[in-house]
Amino acid sequence: MKYTLAVLVENKPGVLTHISSLISRRAFIIESLTAGYTEETDMTRITMVVEAGDEYELQQVVNQLSKLIDVIKIIDLTGQDRIHRELALIKVKATPADRAEIVNIVEIFRAHIVDVNKETMIIELTGEESKIDAMCELLKDYGIKEIVRTGRVAISRAPISAKEM
Amino acid sequence: MKISGAQAIIQCFKQEKVEVVFGYPGGAVLTLYDALYEANFPHILPRHEQGAVHAADGYARATGKVGVCIATSGPGATNLITGIATAYMDSIPLVAITGQVTVPLIGRDSFQEADITGITTPITKHNYLIKDINDLPRVFKEAFYIASTGRPGPVLIDIAKDVFAATIDFKYPTHVNLRGYKPIGEGDDQAIAYVYQELLQAEKPLFFIGGGINLSDTSTILRKIVSHTGIPVVSSLMGLGCIPYDDPRNFGMIGMHGTYAGNMATTETDLLIGLGVRFDDRVTSLVDDFAPKAKIVHFDIDPAEINKNVRAQIGVIGDLKWSLAKFYEMVRKRPADEWEKQVAPWREKLLSWKLARPLTYKSDSKKIMPQEIIETISNYTQGQAVIVTDVGQHQMWTAQYYHFQRPRTLLTSGGLGTMGYGLPAAIGAQVGLPDRQVICLSGDGGFMMNCQELMTVADLNLPIKIFIINNQCLGMVAQWQRKFYGGRYAHSCLKTKADFVKMAEAIGVAACRLESKTDMPHIINEVLKKDGPFLVDIRIPEEEDVLPMVPSGAPLDQMIMGG
Ligand SMILES: Cc1ncc(C[n+]2csc(CCOP(=O)(O)OP(=O)(O)O)c2C)c(N)n1
Repeated sequence: MKYTLAVLVENKPGVLTHISSLISRRAFIIESLTAGYTEETDMTRITMVVEAGDEYELQQVVNQLSKLIDVIKIIDLTGQDRIHRELALIKVKATPADRAEIVNIVEIFRAHIVDVNKETMIIELTGEESKIDAMCELLKDYGIKEIVRTGRVAISRAPISAKEM
Repeated sequence: MKISGAQAIIQCFKQEKVEVVFGYPGGAVLTLYDALYEANFPHILPRHEQGAVHAADGYARATGKVGVCIATSGPGATNLITGIATAYMDSIPLVAITGQVTVPLIGRDSFQEADITGITTPITKHNYLIKDINDLPRVFKEAFYIASTGRPGPVLIDIAKDVFAATIDFKYPTHVNLRGYKPIGEGDDQAIAYVYQELLQAEKPLFFIGGGINLSDTSTILRKIVSHTGIPVVSSLMGLGCIPYDDPRNFGMIGMHGTYAGNMATTETDLLIGLGVRFDDRVTSLVDDFAPKAKIVHFDIDPAEINKNVRAQIGVIGDLKWSLAKFYEMVRKRPADEWEKQVAPWREKLLSWKLARPLTYKSDSKKIMPQEIIETISNYTQGQAVIVTDVGQHQMWTAQYYHFQRPRTLLTSGGLGTMGYGLPAAIGAQVGLPDRQVICLSGDGGFMMNCQELMTVADLNLPIKIFIINNQCLGMVAQWQRKFYGGRYAHSCLKTKADFVKMAEAIGVAACRLESKTDMPHIINEVLKKDGPFLVDIRIPEEEDVLPMVPSGAPLDQMIMGG
């Protein structure tokens, strides 16, 4: 099963090395990991999607990560009422003949075209992973040249912040 | 008043009550060494950085204080790695200080540059790279705090060379401010109450103790619990000494080379109470078959240890100082005779296993058996010496046949199994405990891995007694080759022209060879009484096995027996 963790860490050099080293040393399976600044300048927030067989395995991931000195807090968002999103940039082949159809798809998915040239288009799409997967599936027919995805970011819908949980 | 970064480090040492450091100089730490010189700070010079880190580790294990070692950048730093990993696996508090190239040179493959924080990330509790002198006092304060609190462990501080020379208005922080590090002292009382309830229901309770008892200095309270309740105790390699060898409730070590009674008890118990253990695979063997009839309770300071290797029905997270004290308060309220009624039949069962299959070996009229050597040393020292070992057969015989009486008296690399640990760790132990008898038991293989440290022993005239249990082979490797590889001794033979006695003498350590069985006891006795260092090369048969043995992958009750 997949679990979504919000990991609050000190915004210090070496933190990501410590985290990635731990993940590989303990043979944890991480589906995606994104990091970025937060509402506090000295804190970074990592959203991690972890593949774990059961609760015990997940607990190991949480407990081992918690041992890292620079990890301030870990919140399991999996069971919670939450919103999660991913952003994808997709470069798709767009011959003049195909363009209208692609624009159609883009509109259906509420995506944006952020760049166009003679041969290709770049489409920006934000949404849950399944939505991005679905759009990529459709665009395949036209020829996808490149996909970049950020990995999942997640936030709980509760009226408090993760660090207060 | 402004002082240099190097002088500031000496001040940090003083604030942390560091009594001695083990180190080896080089370009990147010259400024630090100059400050050590100026301050006349106690410093031990081993002959290899691996010697420095193992010595700091031995010092820490023997005294309970934080061990400190220093190495220069690049090769100096990388020479520490095995020692840091050794300390990490056994949760030993160390602060390792390495020099780094100057800030402008970092990242350019400069002369003697190695990314030691990158390299040591998986084998340290935490590490730092100091590039700005203003971070130095805080980092030192945090490093000593992190190394010595919670589950202890090694912390590395890498310091750019220019930081040693930069100046600072030195002020040592009074406390640390680490949002992400709050070691758990006192945990949940309720969990201990549940354990107590389980214990009242149990017919065959068993304590399984480990290195955590040594590290938390809780052997005294553990002994009280055991003597009041009469519950039998088994131990991992790292827990030996926490209960006296001859205590009637002690059934010795369990695991691959554990006692018959201990391994049978683990198989039959209905309530296994793990205290400061990590259920290593050398103990559990096949983890699914470990303690198959038992509910497992696990006391540990590290939440990540609970359910890591075996599933525990109850986890008691917290410092054993807190949890065992609470537990004692509970068990004490019930009269000793009621406990006795509950556990005596089970303990009798263990005793019958012990009497039926004690640790034994075949003695020989001419040959000196390794087990006899350990027993003899044990007798003459009354189990009171600080015993430091290398890794292999002699290590297991020591664990089986030395009658440990006190905690922190078996210093051995349990988790990493590092050959070459013995001699330098003995140096650290002797430096830390100058008035205690320190004995180094090595194999002829492992001894060579840090034999350069004989010079350190000689030059400091440390009264360490070194016994090489010499089977002229890599004994433990040869045993496996005999048992599982059809006796094909691939590169495990150490028959050599070299002479350990001459080698020791050339270095300045008095030595003798012991081959005659009749001489063995009195020579060992004489050697133990000598003032200075002494090395004895003892010839034992080549093909003696460590037994009992649980073949890897088999359940604990399937032992190949000896004798
Ligand atoms: C640094 C290191 N290299 C290799 C090993 C693998 N190993 C484990 S025991 C052993 C044999 C040790 O031989 P010796 O030191 O003579 O001790 P004995 O087993 O004969 O008592 C070896 C090679 C190890 N534990 N550590």
